Amino acid sequence: MSDPPDMVTGNTEAPSGETQEAAPVGGAGEERRRRHDLWMSGTEVPPDLGRYTDEGSQEMLEHEDAGMLAEQWGTLVSDDYLEDPAASDEETQIVNMGPQHPATHGVLRLQVELEGETIRRAKPIIGYLHTGMEKTAERLSFLQGPTNVTRMDYLSPFFNELCFSLATERLLGIEIPPRARAIRVLMTEMNRVASHLVWLATQGLDIGALSMMLYGWRERELFLDFFEKVTGLRMNHNYIRPGGVAADLPDGWEEDVEAILAAMPGGLADYEGMLTENPIFIERTQGVGVITPEECLAYGVTGPVLRAAGVDWDLRKVAPYSGIDQYEFEVVTGQHGDTYDRYLVRLEEMRQSLAIVRQVAESMPAGDYRSDDRKVTPPPRARIDESMEALIHHFKIFTEGFKVPAGEVYEAVESPRGELGMYLVSDGGTKPWRLHVRGPSFANVQALPVLLTDSLIADTVATLASVDPVLGDVDR
Amino acid sequence: MAFTDLAARFPQAVFRTSYGQDVVRVERGDLVAFVSAARADGFDFFIDLCAVDYLTRRPHRFELVVNIVSTKQESRLRILTGIPGGDPVAPSLTGLYAGANFYEREAYDLFGIRFDGHPDLTRIVLPDDWQGHPLRKDAPMGSVPVQFKEADA
Repeated sequence: MSDPPDMVTGNTEAPSGETQEAAPVGGAGEERRRRHDLWMSGTEVPPDLGRYTDEGSQEMLEHEDAGMLAEQWGTLVSDDYLEDPAASDEETQIVNMGPQHPATHGVLRLQVELEGETIRRAKPIIGYLHTGMEKTAERLSFLQGPTNVTRMDYLSPFFNELCFSLATERLLGIEIPPRARAIRVLMTEMNRVASHLVWLATQGLDIGALSMMLYGWRERELFLDFFEKVTGLRMNHNYIRPGGVAADLPDGWEEDVEAILAAMPGGLADYEGMLTENPIFIERTQGVGVITPEECLAYGVTGPVLRAAGVDWDLRKVAPYSGIDQYEFEVVTGQHGDTYDRYLVRLEEMRQSLAIVRQVAESMPAGDYRSDDRKVTPPPRARIDESMEALIHHFKIFTEGFKVPAGEVYEAVESPRGELGMYLVSDGGTKPWRLHVRGPSFANVQALPVLLTDSLIADTVATLASVDPVLGDVDR
Repeated sequence: MAFTDLAARFPQAVFRTSYGQDVVRVERGDLVAFVSAARADGFDFFIDLCAVDYLTRRPHRFELVVNIVSTKQESRLRILTGIPGGDPVAPSLTGLYAGANFYEREAYDLFGIRFDGHPDLTRIVLPDDWQGHPLRKDAPMGSVPVQFKEADA
């Protein structure tokens, strides 16, 4: 714009024909330009800022032909909005959020059709993080399997390992000692709290409560430090394995758990004080992103999203695994299925999980931390020094792996995001014939159009954060 | 036996218990009718759908595995359907459960099984110009050709 109009005086009339042409035809563009000029009036205008036009955003979609778009966005992308003649109405526009959007929690791409600021249609487009883990699993032995699957849902690695191990153990038909099962429950429930803390942090961040992000990450460090002490790694632990766990709990673990249990309730009360009664938070979340129980079931939505809609469904109660039914806890449900209820459900779930952790810590059985079945468990380290057979045995287990009887099982655990299921097929060899992973985020992301349709674009990030998808779990 | 109604209505369907899990095998032609009847029977919760490539180890090369749950009876049913390798077409369940949409797209993407009646059967996790269906057993690993600039110079 070589000749900017006099914005300092607040003159909103476009003085010359040139800018008139550049502005788009239609009421929405006019309105936006007027508001921009009003906002600018009375302030000092940088000389190079020029005048706001819609050039570049709207104009491109209208004027570029389909071939150019196909070239830009990849061929044959199923962007049916572009082909639908009804959708190319002047009143609506298509906005792509992602795959590199700060509020999409990874590489989720959301294509939304806007009418004004209201979302009329939404379509999640996934696959940007697909790494072929199901194919990789067919090349790794059952013992190496947890190394692979732990990287799927990177915020709840213990659940991935647990699910794979349970499926393998069901095929093997081996019994897991009580201590190993208790350790598994301890680690997974602590993992649930750590995962929910990340959700709390990002939920707060996405609606502008920036301090929540710092608090959530701060508390999560307590858990990650403990995980590191137990497993050697902060994430992707490969700790829960077919046959038990990789190592016993370290000396002094009781004090560490006690320190976490002492620190957490105060933190949770702080968050509740900051958010639960906060009028801004309530405005941003109540009645936002509503889903009904029927829609949840039809779409396969599980986890806190399902429970916030009022469905009393938790695999820890319905199909208990790893002896979790011997601990007392309550299934938390909401009523309205909106973002606020999902917040309340997750917050209370953290308290319930901490209660489970306390019970496990107080009743930790003594004994072995892995099965004594010599088919899956390598011989003790001391035996290797004195027995050639033990050395060979150890070598065979870690190179060739152990054979798993032919069969198929579907095993499911309640991960922080919902039902994490694995369909494991063995042909009798040392590697899975097929591993299918039913990721909870996959189904939850699928239901996003239900949550987003007819809501405001500004609520998208709040809704998305409340679903808490992990894209590593969606794409695998 | 929890599924007497379904068993009476579908005499060809083979019910069994495998590792403590309820499994039923139905013919491809009966799949939609069976799932529809199961849904009317209270199986309102769609959980999972996936495919397995058995090559020649089973009468049909592919097997479709559908998991549904009844929230009232708290029971879970796994439905297996053989899909011949020469004609990899299956009826779509999207008319019964909206959630089947992404799972069928995934099975199409990775196994090349086409779903009759699916509203938007496109690739979901792989790029749209990808060749082949990588989870098939005849799709080898590590065989993606890598183009190097001026490699033959």
